[in-house]
Amino acid sequence: MTTIRVGHLYPDYLNIYADRGNIAVFARRASWRGHELEVDAIGMDDAIVPGSHDLYYVGGGQDREQFLVAENLAAKAAPLLEAVEGGAALLAVCGGYQLLGRGYRGFHGEDMPGVGLFPLETVAGDTRMIGDVLLETDLGPIAGFENHAGRTRLDPDAQPLGRVVAGFGNDGESGFEGCRVRRAIGTYLHGPLLPRNPHLADWLLAEALAHRSGGEPPELAPLRDELESQARRVSAERAHARGGRR
Amino acid sequence: MRLAAEIAAARAVAGLSRLVGAGAGMTVPGKLLSKLDPGAIDKLAARLPAGAAVVSATNGKTTTSAMTAEILRPRFRLAHNRTGANLVSGVASTLLASGGAELGLLEVDEGALPEVMRRVQPRAVLLGNLFRDQLDRYGELELVAERWRAAVDALPQSTLVVLNADDPQVGSLGTGIHYGLDDPAVARHSLQHAADSKYCIRCGTPYDYAAAYVGHLGDYRCPACGHARPPLQIAARSIELHGLERAAFDLVTPEGTRRVELALPGLYNVYNAVGAAALARALGASLDEVVDGLGRFSAAFGRFERIPVDGKQLLFLLIKNPAGANEAVRTLVEGRPPRIVVVALNDAIADGRDVSWIWDVDFEPLLEGLDRVVAAGDRAAELALRFKYGGLYDAAIEVQPDLARALDSGLELTPDGEELVVLPTYTAMLALQRIVADRGLAKRYWERAA
Repeated sequence: MTTIRVGHLYPDYLNIYADRGNIAVFARRASWRGHELEVDAIGMDDAIVPGSHDLYYVGGGQDREQFLVAENLAAKAAPLLEAVEGGAALLAVCGGYQLLGRGYRGFHGEDMPGVGLFPLETVAGDTRMIGDVLLETDLGPIAGFENHAGRTRLDPDAQPLGRVVAGFGNDGESGFEGCRVRRAIGTYLHGPLLPRNPHLADWLLAEALAHRSGGEPPELAPLRDELESQARRVSAERAHARGGRR
Repeated sequence: MRLAAEIAAARAVAGLSRLVGAGAGMTVPGKLLSKLDPGAIDKLAARLPAGAAVVSATNGKTTTSAMTAEILRPRFRLAHNRTGANLVSGVASTLLASGGAELGLLEVDEGALPEVMRRVQPRAVLLGNLFRDQLDRYGELELVAERWRAAVDALPQSTLVVLNADDPQVGSLGTGIHYGLDDPAVARHSLQHAADSKYCIRCGTPYDYAAAYVGHLGDYRCPACGHARPPLQIAARSIELHGLERAAFDLVTPEGTRRVELALPGLYNVYNAVGAAALARALGASLDEVVDGLGRFSAAFGRFERIPVDGKQLLFLLIKNPAGANEAVRTLVEGRPPRIVVVALNDAIADGRDVSWIWDVDFEPLLEGLDRVVAAGDRAAELALRFKYGGLYDAAIEVQPDLARALDSGLELTPDGEELVVLPTYTAMLALQRIVADRGLAKRYWERAA
């Protein structure tokens, strides 16, 4: 049994789209493989200590909450970058994804500093991009729901999480969604993301275990994911039927 | 066309829409009327001799306005949209259908509130609460609050504004009549996971709560800048909650204190009752009328409804967002915790297309006592995952998207003489009501006596 140490950033502020559903999926799927998840809340007054967590999670927040944490998070940029450079896995959703780029200009024109982990910039637009999304990625198909005013532009050499099959994605134009750097994934997709995309949860868990062991990501025992597949199918159907863009 | 002719045309459509079974016929004529004459709502409202009152909130607006109606009925002939048709078109239909009414009592959707207030020019406004709800439709809470603030600021001085002081966003909307709860004995020990407005609206510091009642509603104070709950003019004290059956409280008003007995359960209904009392009082009701009206009241359509069926009973509790669903769960668990539950999740526009909110509901206390949950509705699989990752065994979860079959499954498992709890989202509730009605078990809601 391995204890996977999770650092959950600002759970009191960034939790708008059921982020705790993602944490619950990590915890259950780890325990079904005989591992244990230990989740530490990293709040305003807590430091990030590289090497002490195998997996970081940053959720989404409304503009106001996002604004309240932005500076605090930017001040923690150096240790967070060092942790990811050192092989820690990371998942950032929506608001968290935006703040891990170089910066975010909010709806009211306020500038929020970013961490600079993902090579991208985000500016809030006039309209929100709302609806179901289906992606094609190296990790398999991913379905979720997006609701964001931010238009995120990746640098030319950045690696997206995937291509948009149906829905808006990063900016509604490029056809890209999300961003990947080493073992870190940023995305607009919630729903929450992981219950209906368990392969993504397992990939992150395996990478976190690799960080813990210092070796290769282990092969995790397969689980009966019938409900998960069924939920993803419904979500994918919605994306095809009424996603914002094809 | 002149207004009278337009009204006649729109009323004819209402009758037709009922005949073809398109529902209560409430919004079709309203839409037609708005098309015929966009100024018609303003004119119809202006004809009401006692003016109009509007009620809005994320949770409890239907129940609060129905309670207010019960209190005011002996005093006024009402134009009241009691079926919950609360968009501009629904308001228009209601005004249209209530020819001889004296007072308009209008429940209004949070998003439609600014337009309805501007056009109806109400004499009184009750604003109950703002919870995160259907972010895909309303946008972020802050934006709704900003629009409400602008709408309240635009009201003439003479309008009576009744505000729930326990909600930091709502209590600060103006200098109106503030109501709230004042009984730390029934407070929660800590804020719920889904609490929304946890940070001071002035300076962003987390509030200290002397008492948290429902979600972020409570007795708050900012330790940094001192922003605090305004003093209460109308309050509930000595609250007693009797499981799923009823609640009672002392209604404290400037005219005196009286015990109120409610035939509804839960703290959220105490909020609805205190709000209704404050609004009815502002519209001229006496304390006796308030206490009697609240005592007479039984649930608003579908919000909390028991229907007998084949020697068993169905109990419907509408769920639509984390705060409301948490209160439904809390009320169930504090009563007789059920062993079998049907939960129905649809994702039509009226339910919210984004179903992520079910993960913010604290279902866990309910799951502990369950033998079986039937996950139903268009997003049944997602709901099943919520319960699976909440710790329920696969074998205890039945996935049945079809609502009629889900209801049958639940009823089959329910022993004779016992109650089956059904927790549906809005459109799932409408569909289930129709299924039950078609089997002759209950009247359609528009056929019931007012």
